[in-house]
Amino acid sequence: MQRSRKSSGASPPAAWAKPLAAALALAMATIALAACAETDRPGSRGSARTGGGAGSSARGEALETVTLVTHGSFNVSADVLAQFTAQTGLELEVLPADDAGAMVNQLILTKDAPLGDAVFGIDNTFASRAIAAGVLEAYKSPQAGPEQGEYAASQDAELTAVDFSDVCLNVDKRAVADGADLTFDDLTKPEFKDQLVVENPATSSPGLAFLLATIAAKGEDGYLDYWRQLKANGLKVVSGWNEAYYDEFSGPSSSGQRTLVVSYASSPPSEIPADAAEPATTAALDTCFRQVEYAGVLAGAANPEGARKLVDFFLGPEFQADMPGQMWVYPVKADIPLPQDWAEWAPLADRPWVVAPQDIAAGRDQWLSDFNDQILG
Amino acid sequence: MIRPPATADHPATDQIPVPPAPSAVSGGNGGADCPDSGEPNHLGVAGKVAKTATAHDAVWPGPVSARRSPAGETWQLWARRAGFALLAGGPAVFLAIFFVWPVATMVAKGFTSSGAWDWSGFAEMLAKPRTWRLIGRTVGQAAVATAICAAAAVPIASLLYRRSFPGRGFVRALLTVPFALPSVVVGLAFRALLGRGGPLGFLGIGDGFWAVLLALVFFNVGLMTRVVGTFWAALDPRPEQAARVLGAGPWRALATVTLPALTPALAAGGSLVFLFCATAFAPVLILGGSTYTTVETEIYLQTAQMLDLRSAAVLSVVQMAVVAVALWFGAAARRRRERALKLTGAGAGIARRRLARSGRRPARSPEPQPTWAVDWASWLVTALMAALIGLPLVNLVYRSLRTSAGLGLGNYLALGDESRAGLPYSLAQAAGRSVVIALLAGAMALALGLAAAVVLSRPRAKASWGRRAQDLFDSVLMAPLGVSAVTVGFGFLITLNRAPLDLRTSFWLIPLAQALVALPLVVRTVLPALRSIDPRLRQAAAVLGAPPWRVFSSIEAGLIRRPAVVAAAYAFAVSVGEFGATSFLARPDTTTLPVAIYKLLGRPGADNLGLALAGAVVLAVITALAMVLAETTWRRRTSQGLRP
Repeated sequence: MQRSRKSSGASPPAAWAKPLAAALALAMATIALAACAETDRPGSRGSARTGGGAGSSARGEALETVTLVTHGSFNVSADVLAQFTAQTGLELEVLPADDAGAMVNQLILTKDAPLGDAVFGIDNTFASRAIAAGVLEAYKSPQAGPEQGEYAASQDAELTAVDFSDVCLNVDKRAVADGADLTFDDLTKPEFKDQLVVENPATSSPGLAFLLATIAAKGEDGYLDYWRQLKANGLKVVSGWNEAYYDEFSGPSSSGQRTLVVSYASSPPSEIPADAAEPATTAALDTCFRQVEYAGVLAGAANPEGARKLVDFFLGPEFQADMPGQMWVYPVKADIPLPQDWAEWAPLADRPWVVAPQDIAAGRDQWLSDFNDQILG
Repeated sequence: MIRPPATADHPATDQIPVPPAPSAVSGGNGGADCPDSGEPNHLGVAGKVAKTATAHDAVWPGPVSARRSPAGETWQLWARRAGFALLAGGPAVFLAIFFVWPVATMVAKGFTSSGAWDWSGFAEMLAKPRTWRLIGRTVGQAAVATAICAAAAVPIASLLYRRSFPGRGFVRALLTVPFALPSVVVGLAFRALLGRGGPLGFLGIGDGFWAVLLALVFFNVGLMTRVVGTFWAALDPRPEQAARVLGAGPWRALATVTLPALTPALAAGGSLVFLFCATAFAPVLILGGSTYTTVETEIYLQTAQMLDLRSAAVLSVVQMAVVAVALWFGAAARRRRERALKLTGAGAGIARRRLARSGRRPARSPEPQPTWAVDWASWLVTALMAALIGLPLVNLVYRSLRTSAGLGLGNYLALGDESRAGLPYSLAQAAGRSVVIALLAGAMALALGLAAAVVLSRPRAKASWGRRAQDLFDSVLMAPLGVSAVTVGFGFLITLNRAPLDLRTSFWLIPLAQALVALPLVVRTVLPALRSIDPRLRQAAAVLGAPPWRVFSSIEAGLIRRPAVVAAAYAFAVSVGEFGATSFLARPDTTTLPVAIYKLLGRPGADNLGLALAGAVVLAVITALAMVLAETTWRRRTSQGLRP
C-alpha cells in the first residue's frame, strides 16, 4: 500500500507504530520460519542424549546423531547409554510415542519421510502390520544368534527380536489363595464378580496380548462369547497398563480394589511387602501370552548406518543385561544372567498361548473392531 | 477439536454504531464504561453487511479522489487492490498450507484405496450400530450440556445482568474463569474432585457420562450466561413491565414475554456451546474412561491406534456435518436476533448512544422487582453453578498442596526438579517453553486474525465471485473449530515433511498448530468491533485523502485496540492450554506443560499425581494472569476517550 504524498493532517506516530510493529513481527516470524525449514540442526534436537562423553567428541567435533523411535516405556541406564556413545561415536536421540500400537501407526503414516532412523518396541502383535506397510529395511545383525529363529517375525529379517515377556493375569494372593492356578474359565465364576480389570486391547499392547490369549484358548468363534461372560461378571476395561495396574489393582504398590489384573509374569518380584519374604501377588501361568519386542532399521532413514549399529547394540551384552531392571522384560539372549528375585518369583509360562504371526496379521483388525463394537460398545 | 475458551462477545452493530466495547472478559466492570448494549456476535459469519455504507469503503477498491489524474487513479486503484489482496493473502495462505492441505490430505487418505476414490467407507461405517451409538452419545451429551447451560444461564443472567448487589463483580468474574482454563486442567480438576479419594468420590461418577457432562457445563455455563445476559440487558424492559401491570405473575411474565424475547440469544449461545461440547477432546479423554467415547475421541482412536483411516475419515465428515449444522443454526438465530433488536431496540439504542456520547454511563433499564420465589430460584441456581465452578478449582489447589508429608509446597518445589517427573525435562522447563510457544503462536494468530478481520469487515464485494470468495474465506476461518485435533496433527506429519517445508523437527511446528487453533477466536473477537465502527468515519477519512493504511491506523486501530488486546490474551490462553494437536506434534524438546501434565497422569504413584496437580495450578495461573493483564490494560485505556 502506498502512502499518499498529499496525506493531510499530522499522523501521530503512536497510531501507526502498532500496525507497523505487527507487520514487522510477522515478517520476522516468516524469515525465522524459512530459516528453520532450511536448516535441520541436529545439535538442537532431542533431549535424551548420551552427552559428549568419550569417543570421537575428544576431537571436539559434534557427534553424529541416531534417532530412535520407541514407546513410552523405553528406559536404559545412563552408563549403558554412555557405552553406546563410546563404542560407536554416535549420540542417541530418543523419540517416545505413547504405546507400541500408536507408534507403529505413526511410523506407517510417516513412512515417506520417517521420523527417525531406528525403532525399538514393535511387538509380535503389531510386527506384521509394520512389515506389510514396508516401514522397515531388512537387516541381519552380526550379533544375531540362534535365538532369532525362535522369535522370527518374518522370513526377511526386517525385525530383530530383542526381548520378550509373558503377559499374564496377575492375582493378589492375599485375596485369592491359589492364584497361580487360575484359568480362563475361573474368571467367569461368581466369586470373581467385579474383580477383573483389563487394558483396552485397542489402546494397550498387554491388553491386545491378553485378547489374543483368549482367542487362542477359546477359538475365534468362542472368544466373544467368553468376553460377554466376563462383562456380565463385572469386567472393567481401562485404557492402559498404568491405569489398570496402579489405579485399579489391589496389590501392595497399587491403590485399587480389584484382585485380578492383566500384567506381566515379571511383575510379582516388585510386590514384595517390606515385612514379607515373598511377593503378595502372583502370575497365573495358564493365562499367558508371549510378547516379543523387536528392533529394526527404518526404511528411508537419514542415518541407516547408525541405525544398524544401534540394533547391534541392543543385542549386545550390556544392553541385554540392563533390560530386566529397566523395562521388566527378559533379554532374548539366553546366556544373560537374570536378577536373583526373577529366578525365584518370576517364572515364565511353560506353555504360553500362541497365535501364529500370519493369523495375527490376518485377524487382528477384525478382532479389535469386533471387540470394540460388541464388548466396549 | 481442541476447545478454545469462549469467543469474546462484543456489541455488534444494530444499525447504531456503538463504541466498541470488549465486554468479553469484562467480568465485574462490564457495565462500568462500556454499554453492554449490543448483542454478542460470536459467529458473525457472512451476511453481516455494513448496511449504511453508501460509498465505497476505504480499503475495498473504490472511487478515488477527483483531484487525481486518470493515470494516478488507475495506479492507486491497483495499489489498493494489491493491498487488499495482500491483507487477505496472509491468512489465506496460512490456512491453505497449515490447515486445508494437511486436513485434506488426511481425509483423502481415508477415501482412496490403491489410487482410486473409494466411498464404501460411508456405507460400511453407517451400517454399524456402534457408529450410531457414538453419534447419538456425542450429540446427546452436547445437547444435554447445552440445555443445562441454557437453563442455568437465564436465572444467573437475571441476577448478574439485571440486578446489582454487592459481590456481583466477583461472581461475574468467577463465571468467566472457566472460559480460559486449559482443558487438561479442567479434566484433572474434575478427576481430583469426583475420582476415588476425592471429596465427591462417594458419588461414584468418577468417569463416564456424568463426569464429562459436569466438565462441559463447567466450561460453558459462563459463556452462555454472558451471551444471554448482554442481550437481556439490551432488551426493552417495557413489555415485561406492561405484562406485570396487566396482572401477569412473575413466572407468567417470564414465560410469555421475557423467555420468547430471549430465544434468539439462547439459540445463538446454544449453538456455540453445542459446538464446543460436541468437539470436546481432552475432557472426554481424561474423564470418559476407556469405554466412554465420542466421535472426536473415536477419530483419535481410529487414527492413532487402529490406523483405520477410512473410518476416521467418515467420522471426520460426520463431525464436520454436525458442526456445520450447529453453525448454520447459530447464524440463523443471529439473523433473527438482529431483526428482533431492530424491532425493539431502536429507541433505547438511540438514547444509549446519546448518553454514551455525552460520556456518561448509559442508562440501565430500571431494575425489575421480582417476587421472592423468582428471586429465590435465581439465587439457588447461581449458587449451584458457582459451586460447580468453584469446588473443582478450590479442590485442585488443595490437592496440589497435599504431599506425602502433609500439606505443603512440596509438589511445587518439585516442579523444577528434572529427575522427579521421570520425564527428560522438569515441569518448570515445560512451563517456560509453553509460554514462549504461546507468545509466538498468539502473535501469529493476532497478526493473521487482524488482517482477516479487516478483510471480512469491509462491505461485500459487488461481483458475485467476490462475495463467494468472502463467504468461503469466512467459513474456512471457522473450520479449525470443527476439525479433530488428531486429523490436524497427523496431517502436519504427513504433509509438512519435505523441503522446503520440512517442519517435522522444527521448533515452529507447534506454534503454527496453536496459532491455527487460536485464529478463529481472534477473528471472532475483533470482527464485531470492526463491523460496529460507523463506515462513515472511514469514508470521511478516505475523502479527506487518507490512504487505506492511514484510515486503519488513525481510525480503526484506536477503536479496536481493546478488543485486540482481549483477543491477544485469548489467543495466548488458547495456545498455552492447547492439548490435542500439540500432543501429536510434541517432541521431547518441544513438550508443553499441558502435554507433560497428561504424560504424568499416565505414570503411577501419588507423587506424580501431586506433581501433575501442581503443574495444572501453574498452568491455570499463567492463563489467568494473561486475562488479568488484558483486563487491566483495557481499564486504563477506557479513560482515554476512544469514542468516535
